[in-house]
Amino acid sequence: MLEIVNLHASIDNKVILNGINLKINLGEVHAIMGPNGSGKSTLSNVIAGHDGYDIISGDILFDGESVLDFSPEKRAHLGLFLSFQYPVEIPGITVSNFIRTALNEIRKAKGEEPLGASPMLKMMREKMGVLEMDKGFLSRSLNEGFSGGEKKRNEIFQMAMLEPKMAILDETDSGLDIDALRIVANGVNSLRSNRNTFIIITHYQRLLDYIVPDFVHVLFNGKIVKSGDKELAIELEKRGYDWIKKEQE
Amino acid sequence: MSDNDKIIDEVTSSDYKYGFSTQLDSDTLKPGLSEDVIKQISLKKNEPQWMTDWRLDAYQIWKEMDEPEWANVNYSKPDFQKISYYSAVKKKQIDSLDEVDPELLKTFEKLGISLDEQKRLSGVAMDIVIDSVSVATTFKKTLKEKGIIFCSMSEAIQEYPELVKKYLGTVVPKSDNYYAALNSAVFTDGSFCYIPKDVRCPMELSTYFRINEAGTGQFERTLLIADQGSYVSYLEGCTAPQRDENQLHAAVVELVAMDDSEIKYSTVQNWFPGDSTGKGGVFNFVTKRGVCEERAKISWTQVETGSAVTWKYPSCILKGDNSIGEFYSVALTNNFQQADTGTKMLHLGRNTKSTIISKGISAGHSHNSYRGLVRMGPRAKNARNFSQCDSLLMGDKCGAHTFPYIEVKNPTAKMEHEATTSKIGEDQIFYCQQRGLSPEAAIALIVNGYCKDVLNQLPMEFAVEAQKLLAISLEGSVG
Ligand SMILES: Nc1ncnc2c1ncn2[C@@H]1O[C@H](COP(=O)(O)OP(=O)(O)O)[C@@H](O)[C@H]1O
Ligand SMILES: [Mg+2]
Repeated sequence: MLEIVNLHASIDNKVILNGINLKINLGEVHAIMGPNGSGKSTLSNVIAGHDGYDIISGDILFDGESVLDFSPEKRAHLGLFLSFQYPVEIPGITVSNFIRTALNEIRKAKGEEPLGASPMLKMMREKMGVLEMDKGFLSRSLNEGFSGGEKKRNEIFQMAMLEPKMAILDETDSGLDIDALRIVANGVNSLRSNRNTFIIITHYQRLLDYIVPDFVHVLFNGKIVKSGDKELAIELEKRGYDWIKKEQE
Repeated sequence: MSDNDKIIDEVTSSDYKYGFSTQLDSDTLKPGLSEDVIKQISLKKNEPQWMTDWRLDAYQIWKEMDEPEWANVNYSKPDFQKISYYSAVKKKQIDSLDEVDPELLKTFEKLGISLDEQKRLSGVAMDIVIDSVSVATTFKKTLKEKGIIFCSMSEAIQEYPELVKKYLGTVVPKSDNYYAALNSAVFTDGSFCYIPKDVRCPMELSTYFRINEAGTGQFERTLLIADQGSYVSYLEGCTAPQRDENQLHAAVVELVAMDDSEIKYSTVQNWFPGDSTGKGGVFNFVTKRGVCEERAKISWTQVETGSAVTWKYPSCILKGDNSIGEFYSVALTNNFQQADTGTKMLHLGRNTKSTIISKGISAGHSHNSYRGLVRMGPRAKNARNFSQCDSLLMGDKCGAHTFPYIEVKNPTAKMEHEATTSKIGEDQIFYCQQRGLSPEAAIALIVNGYCKDVLNQLPMEFAVEAQKLLAISLEGSVG
């Protein structure tokens, strides 16, 4: 599904991604861990097509096709979803209006008819049920005045509505209390299937207790320096990142 | 006669009666303005002597005045002796839409305007569409049953001289300002509306329904009277871009809200703004004002996207105790457009309240100014004002300016003023793109969110059109 080949990327002439290689197949869940500033959000943004970064070399392939020239919206139409570490506010636009617009833009790109108001509402109610969200949420202005946890839950709600083929969750767990964490994890697990994939970016083993990954990678200085299964996450939790840093020196 | 024939007959004959008669059709006055020209206008319109005198008086006042300099706009001043003040020549008829500017047609399409309507707007000769005619006829009948008068200004001068005489120029005096004086001297037509006591007008009154009186020209005059306890919602303008060979437009709108009445006046202004370099657009200098008697309420809502230069301050005189004035405005400028708009809230009576929500959007090389005056008179005990003036900038070549003027002569009066300036963030656009929206769709969405408090004031259908219009007006401003 997703293949990243020897990817080097920079911002303002500062190299941040230093040769990333990663291959992800349908049905898999990959966790990416790593200390602050190691380039996790940069990698998410670059995969999503943010034009603030320069791609120095390497490639990103969706289903075998290079997407480097594709706009962010085109990548979204192909089924990519990014749950942002810091979701932005859009004052005056309600959650339901935003999701309806997004869903119908994606349907349009696929040549499908827009989803009508009543099936849309039904679907929203359903997904909100799974995520234990209050229905008053729908009429609130997008992310405006939301608590950190509400913002993250709203990201997962959007993901549930858009049913992406590949979702990247960038530190979705930070800012969530233990109950919210469990609910969000349930949400992700309920979407998991052999027709999609997830990349879970996190600092903590905690989330991975609920969403059990098939692979765990450690990102350090813009490079994947270690890969393993969920045991690696447990080891990182115990020992911190220092031993990885030492290994690199 | 069949029903359809009757309808056609009714409309065409009333057209003849209240419009320009056929022998005048080819008439155009030589350019220039003089007493004689004004007499001729009045004569051609078959006006009573009092009207002629009124115009002449306005002309004398205008001659003594200087063109205002203070608005924050730059333009080359019109040469008033080069304008023809009366032209009854029918607009050049076009035979089919093929002859219309394709850019214009594209815009029509995006706005979802029907083919017939497209033809009407672009001046294509067309047969009368039975459908819209019968709608207009039913509409007139319903109004008549309620005693509501809704007609052209010319018709009102002929048919309801007492009402016109009593109220014309009472809210915007001839001497009010340079353009109001000019308008008073030479206005050609406009709308007149009277809602009788305790009548709630059952539908939105729209100039749109006055199909036989399209194209009222460059000096439009509107007078709207809501008698005690009545209510009316009035829609002016049209979201479709309107082109006009006339560069200067100087309209006057007067609203009279008697005790316990309410007037909602909504405008979508989309005059041709000039091409992307700023050439050829309309200058729109408008004086709009309403007076509120006791417990009366006037709401001005406007969405301004057109014109090369706009100069416009819909205002409320809160004369009666407990009266309410509201002003909700979105002014969008792009390319080289200039807008200087705002409002005046003049609190005279006790417990008067006013709300001002102004949303400016500037893109391209445009300049967008908000100018607002809130005056609390000595008698305005416990008067309240809330003002919020926001500016949204797109790119770094445009400008937004806010000029709030405040005068308080009563110590119990209270005002609150909030102002913000923001930019559409790249992170907001990226966020939307990540969810599948194009940058254009993202900007449209963000702008609509920003304008929500104003758009919510518009009647539903108008609001939907206004949203589309905002999106279209910003096209090409991304990047
Ligand atoms: N806009 C930017 N300009 C310059 N440096 C940046 C920018 N964004 C991120 N960086 C730098 O790139 C590195 C990686 O950042 P980031 O991808 O956010 O890391 P992580 O998500 O792993 O914490 C950091 O050193 C950060 O300072
Ligand atoms: Mg990060």
